[in-house]
Amino acid sequence: MAEFMSLRDAIAANLKDGDSVAMEGFTHLIPYAAGHEVIRQGQKDLTLIRMTPDIIYDQIVGMGQAKKLVFSWAGNPGVGSLHRVREEIEAGRLAIEEHSHAAMANAFEAGAANLPFAVFRGYKGVDLPKVNSNIRSVTCPYTGEVLATVPAVRPDVAIIHALKADREGNVMLEGIVGVQKEAVLAAKRSVVTVEEIVDDFGPRSANAVILPAWTVTAIVKVPGGAHPSYAQGYYKRDNAFYIAWDKIARDKAVFLKWMEDNVLSSGPESFAAHARRFAVAAE
Amino acid sequence: MSDYQPNEIMTIAAARLLTNEDVCFVGIGAPSAACNLARLTHAPKITLIYESGTLSTRPTVLPLSIGDGELCDTALTTVSVPEMFRYWLQGGRITTGFLGGAQIDRFANLNTTVVGPYDAPKVRLPGGGGAPEIAIHCGQIFIIMAMGQRAFMDKLPFITSLGHGTGKGSREALGVKTRGPTQLITDLCIFEPDAETSELTVTSIHPGVTRDQIQANCGWPVKFAAEVKETRAPDATELSVLRDLHARTKAAHAA
Repeated sequence: MAEFMSLRDAIAANLKDGDSVAMEGFTHLIPYAAGHEVIRQGQKDLTLIRMTPDIIYDQIVGMGQAKKLVFSWAGNPGVGSLHRVREEIEAGRLAIEEHSHAAMANAFEAGAANLPFAVFRGYKGVDLPKVNSNIRSVTCPYTGEVLATVPAVRPDVAIIHALKADREGNVMLEGIVGVQKEAVLAAKRSVVTVEEIVDDFGPRSANAVILPAWTVTAIVKVPGGAHPSYAQGYYKRDNAFYIAWDKIARDKAVFLKWMEDNVLSSGPESFAAHARRFAVAAE
Repeated sequence: MSDYQPNEIMTIAAARLLTNEDVCFVGIGAPSAACNLARLTHAPKITLIYESGTLSTRPTVLPLSIGDGELCDTALTTVSVPEMFRYWLQGGRITTGFLGGAQIDRFANLNTTVVGPYDAPKVRLPGGGGAPEIAIHCGQIFIIMAMGQRAFMDKLPFITSLGHGTGKGSREALGVKTRGPTQLITDLCIFEPDAETSELTVTSIHPGVTRDQIQANCGWPVKFAAEVKETRAPDATELSVLRDLHARTKAAHAA
């Protein structure tokens, strides 16, 4: 049953050295505040799982906390490389398990469905199966068609950022919902940061994505906790920061200084200012 | 006739290929610019789908990422990412996939994964993302890429997404039933796969571009179709709509 905690306690209680962790959010609702807390606490030898590693994993990889990255597209969207991730892979210091988006999405869904693997039609005529031995195949027992398979994603911990929790610990997210529901349901434990805690979700679509309190381990209120990603209806994506990150991450020394000033000597409360700066105008 | 840049005629020539009937899976960057230019000019009813899950989106500025809020705000509906890849892409609902790439070969296979050996990369690129399955599930594929010796390769170091494999019949042999790449739009010309061999063949050259220039920017001996057309130069409307779109986008992303 979901427990309301401080961010420090939620991460410390749920993420250990050597864990596999999925911090999900497909461009929208990326859990930056929680990721920064992981950096401050310094958990080591993590297996980081994310379809699009994004700046959040560039930061954690750059701080030397990851031993392996499981991913399907490792770039800074619309900008270029994730320089810290790229440098570690090129230097052979970071193990990778690389997939396509379709494979990762299917693998998260298989994890949520408590299946051992995902089956889909894909990876035809390409080289990734030659370098990733987890990409295999199965023959359909009904048609004889050979289909691609990948193991289910079953992380020790899922970390996501959502829009709201109610006082009972139920969680709601809307907009681009990515694979967050699947990630939480596939994981052994989950930490959810939210923009706000409300008495009642109020009027909403009956089909809004809801994670009931009994599927979530810890909830933390962190307004602005997705910045420089965004929270639909709260604040916009800080595209200028994504563009600026290219220069920061390109040089290891500049990167480390930025991390010292903005993450190590900071705390989750600093995210609220970002949320105000990029606030969606009140209607 | 107004002056225009090579990347502008590339985007405009790509946009002209799209119609109101297309259901288009859109990649970020040049594909997104071309698809939205089509929507803002001759194809207002085109259906644009981004892999973040947004169906029938109508952004007023180009998204920087595949999942900017603008896409969701203006979409008919937004679905989860597993649903996007399973029901909509694998389900065969998309007529046209629009891809870019870092490197391409003469059969329109693409590499966006790595330069050099996979285990000891010289340059590590972002990887495939949605492309491996977009390339096999969409009815047809348009590719948009600027030409250059380092991009148009005699042999790719890695195949990230399937074009026509090793030539005619490759896709069918793999059990792939879709058409694959039917148009490659570049900053110098347009290629289409040859009907007999599936090798990319120049069918239209942009105004003022020479055959030598095309060959100088390509790593394999370029084939030209028996009849090569001249690409129609961008008109004033196409250029102003494209430039306005880029200006709005730049202002929005700097904010």
